[in-house]
Amino acid sequence: MEHGAFGDQSNATFSLTEEDHTLANAVRFTLNQDPRVTFCGYSIPHPSDARVNIRVQTTGDPAREVLKDACQDLMLMCQHVRSTFDKAVTDFKTSERGQAMNIDSEE
Amino acid sequence: MAEKTDKKQVNEGKGKFSSLDLPDLPKRLPPQLEFQRTRVLCNLDAPIHTDNVMYGGAYASMGVDNSVQLDCFRQKFRVEVVRLTKDDMEFDLIGIDPSIANAFRRILIAELPTMAIEKVLIANNTSVIQDEVLAHRLGLIPIMVDPRLFEYISENDTNNEKNTIVYKLHVRCQRGAPRLTVKTNELKWLPNGSELLLDSKNSDSNPTSKPRTYTSFSCSQASLPKFANNPINPMPEITIARLGPGQEIELEAHAVKGMGKTHAKWSPVATAWYRMLPEVVLLEDVEDEDAEKLVNTCPVKVFDIEDIGNGKKKATVARPRACTLCRECLRIGEEWEKRVSLRRIKDHFIFTIESTGALPPEVLFTEAVKILEDKCERVITELS
Repeated sequence: MEHGAFGDQSNATFSLTEEDHTLANAVRFTLNQDPRVTFCGYSIPHPSDARVNIRVQTTGDPAREVLKDACQDLMLMCQHVRSTFDKAVTDFKTSERGQAMNIDSEE
Repeated sequence: MAEKTDKKQVNEGKGKFSSLDLPDLPKRLPPQLEFQRTRVLCNLDAPIHTDNVMYGGAYASMGVDNSVQLDCFRQKFRVEVVRLTKDDMEFDLIGIDPSIANAFRRILIAELPTMAIEKVLIANNTSVIQDEVLAHRLGLIPIMVDPRLFEYISENDTNNEKNTIVYKLHVRCQRGAPRLTVKTNELKWLPNGSELLLDSKNSDSNPTSKPRTYTSFSCSQASLPKFANNPINPMPEITIARLGPGQEIELEAHAVKGMGKTHAKWSPVATAWYRMLPEVVLLEDVEDEDAEKLVNTCPVKVFDIEDIGNGKKKATVARPRACTLCRECLRIGEEWEKRVSLRRIKDHFIFTIESTGALPPEVLFTEAVKILEDKCERVITELS
């Protein structure tokens, strides 16, 4: 849910439930890279509640849109990581070293 | 000074034109700032330059763009697999930020689901191991099955073949026999579900109908194609208990799907960790006796001796990747801090994943990345 002023869409705090440092730190990183963002950060009000507050302040664009774009960028980065990793693993398995390891483990 | 007046004339001639627009040299940071941005310097007392300069406009006054645009990331990011076996793997992620690498590590440990024994129905336990200790040990046994084939069970669901795996353990040590070690090989898989009957004092129930048990399997799990020839076994050769003569254990265990967040027994990795790539640099030439001292001090043999003619020897850095940051090379004497520089490269991570056996480690990493994508997806749909 978003806590912000009605008139000013550019500054808001987003409270996400069932989340922790895993997602919040990664989203904060991608938010920082966005040139429209003047301030971003996250806090965990209490470690026993699974709740994260992400604060976004922008240079005019609605904070909601900027956060959505940051999440979108993070998703694209993850997809790229996954495809590069899969390719590296298949290359390794088909290369000589992969075959050597297979033979060792089967013996 | 002559350059400045030239530019000024150009300015006046062409209207709005800034000298920054001239394509002279590509904008690079001066070397000392580049060093601070990309390396952690590990001094004898503590590391410095450890924080990441994340703000996109950090070096704007120098005209250098610090942001990580997606295309830049795609060009620079690489993965190199160093070791890949059935149970563990070591690979390098190059060009990624620590917040994302840490997110992967946290997901690998806590948010990838597995199957583990949750409910233990004990019919008879005359061993010296108490019921609860025995149940705790059974919960920690890894179960070698792909957890993606099963569904989560919630409080109101009944245990059926899609969300539960049932095991039976019945061992007895005969009188006069030597002590018996009960291993996980004794856990028998029951593909048809539970065999323990629920008490029902209901006299209306049809005596010919199937008696109700603790699970309601509509079909046998062995009939499903994926389990037809692969029985679902726990990891073999793990000791559960030891029985003396005359002692007996008879119990039934139900395994369900869960995540490491709830209890560590559901974590699919023995552990998963990463470290930054070490970089060891000799700032001055280290020769002869000093070289010998240096090579002998390092416990992991990072340094090597090289002969450079005239009988002189020089020390070189042969295996920087093995450096464990013990700083023994800096403690040899007072001036050694100026000769050897220990550094870490901030965006090169050496990941190691050790799987407990349910899924191979490369599949675990791919699933972890998928889970991070799902989390982002969930946030986007909540916001829309």
